[in-house]
Amino acid sequence: MRKMNISNWSVGIAILLAAPLFVSAQQGESHIGKVSGHADTGKQLYFRYCWGCHGFRGDGGGENGPYLNILPRNFVAATFKCRSTPTGTLPTDQDLYNSLVRGFNNTNMPSWVVLTDQNRADLVAFIKTFSPRWQTEKAGPQIAVPTEPKATVESIKHGQALFQKLECWKCHGQEGRGDGPSASTLTDSNDQPIRPYDFSAGSRFKCGSTNQDLYKIFMTGVDGTPMPSFADVIKPDEAWDLVHFLRTLQVTHKSPELSLWESTKEGAEQVAAKKVRGTPTGSGID
Amino acid sequence: MRGKLGYVAGLAALVACAIIVHAKPGGGAVSGNVTYEGTPAKQKIIDMSKEPSCAKQHATPIVTETVVTGPNNALDNVVVYISAGASDDSTPSQAVKFEQKGCQYIPHVLAFQVNQTLEIANDDQTSHNIHPLAKINHEWNKSQPPGSPAISEKYDKPEFIPVKCNIHPWMHGNFAVMKNSHFAVTADAGGFSLPNLPPGKYTITAWHESYGDQSQDVTISGSETKTVNFVFKAKTY
Repeated sequence: MRKMNISNWSVGIAILLAAPLFVSAQQGESHIGKVSGHADTGKQLYFRYCWGCHGFRGDGGGENGPYLNILPRNFVAATFKCRSTPTGTLPTDQDLYNSLVRGFNNTNMPSWVVLTDQNRADLVAFIKTFSPRWQTEKAGPQIAVPTEPKATVESIKHGQALFQKLECWKCHGQEGRGDGPSASTLTDSNDQPIRPYDFSAGSRFKCGSTNQDLYKIFMTGVDGTPMPSFADVIKPDEAWDLVHFLRTLQVTHKSPELSLWESTKEGAEQVAAKKVRGTPTGSGID
Repeated sequence: MRGKLGYVAGLAALVACAIIVHAKPGGGAVSGNVTYEGTPAKQKIIDMSKEPSCAKQHATPIVTETVVTGPNNALDNVVVYISAGASDDSTPSQAVKFEQKGCQYIPHVLAFQVNQTLEIANDDQTSHNIHPLAKINHEWNKSQPPGSPAISEKYDKPEFIPVKCNIHPWMHGNFAVMKNSHFAVTADAGGFSLPNLPPGKYTITAWHESYGDQSQDVTISGSETKTVNFVFKAKTY
């Protein structure tokens, strides 16, 4: 009888101990396509590759953090730049995974394409354990991205009008060089100075490089930065016009939109005026 | 069967009692003044020349509002609220309004309840982006060009949230998301009143965006009105 009691006890204790483990295993998962990531494996990877910058607690307070321009992401705040979901909502697992694949252009966050799909999925699962928001909330609803219509001269011109009307130039500048009247005053949510994207540099965007990515950037906003969401003020078809125009601002980046724009007299003049001809080499300076 | 019925009836009576007690406004109140001592920092003149459509709305240039004072050392824009002792209230159905006019936030400090509808309007001829820098609630950031409809939002946790417009860096405001209906924002003479308090022990807290917060405990019995005054030490920077 006594022995029985002890075994009952031990079973009970085992269940009690296992229960939280089971719950946390369920919460600490990510799903990217067919791959399921697990936080316990992700934890090992995090403390090998990520914590130097993102910190022991995931708050962006890693050893390297203070030396970085554009501070490492604070996972405890759970505010993420690159999302397919509306401003103020949590990103999807796929969004976080894509950020790991891509890295963040013009910051110190590299691409983690060297890791396996499974590694990245595990890391996403672990990153989601830093903020309690993931336990009480679901990722926001993905914004609808309608099929892209063909770029036309009219759509580019309409996009140009929107660029004026929505006052994108206040920060990004009339030529898209990131030098608008408000540019020098911008700070991110860490109170650190931040620059608006310079289209003329032609580099990748922070959240991808395709027209679809560009569409999502201004329709979701880049949370934690001055870039707001325009979802409430731009209609879906107008948004594609704006995408087509923004491509023509990337004068050093070949795109179908830029070629089309350059084929018109007005467009060719504008593009020529935006291109800086010749590179200052310093030669001839005494 | 009979016992069960009795139990149900008893429960119903209890619930009814609770509702009556809740619906009956308490007769007590807390009122007082918020003042400062020392010399507050001089407010800076805002240069709106980069936004002519706003600049022309102000005959004389406006100044920053990090410290706004009234006569007799009165301190304005202080949120006085009950931080402990009061039960959480149900959400009022009417919305509170936050306006952007002349590239300024009106009011500068807006207090409202958790889950209450917040309507943000742009009356200007320029685009604004509304960027409340929430830490406990969700941080979002939305563009609002001239003529667009009001933005409707809610916050589900109590928090003091600084609000800014990244396009016009001088624009600063504050949301005070409150968990109960007992709060007031001081204006002009710095006075406040928190009515309808049932007897009990309360912690009254006064919050100011530049000078932080301070609290005082107060016990209310019957329908008395207790006086609670707050004095903030002004910083010169």
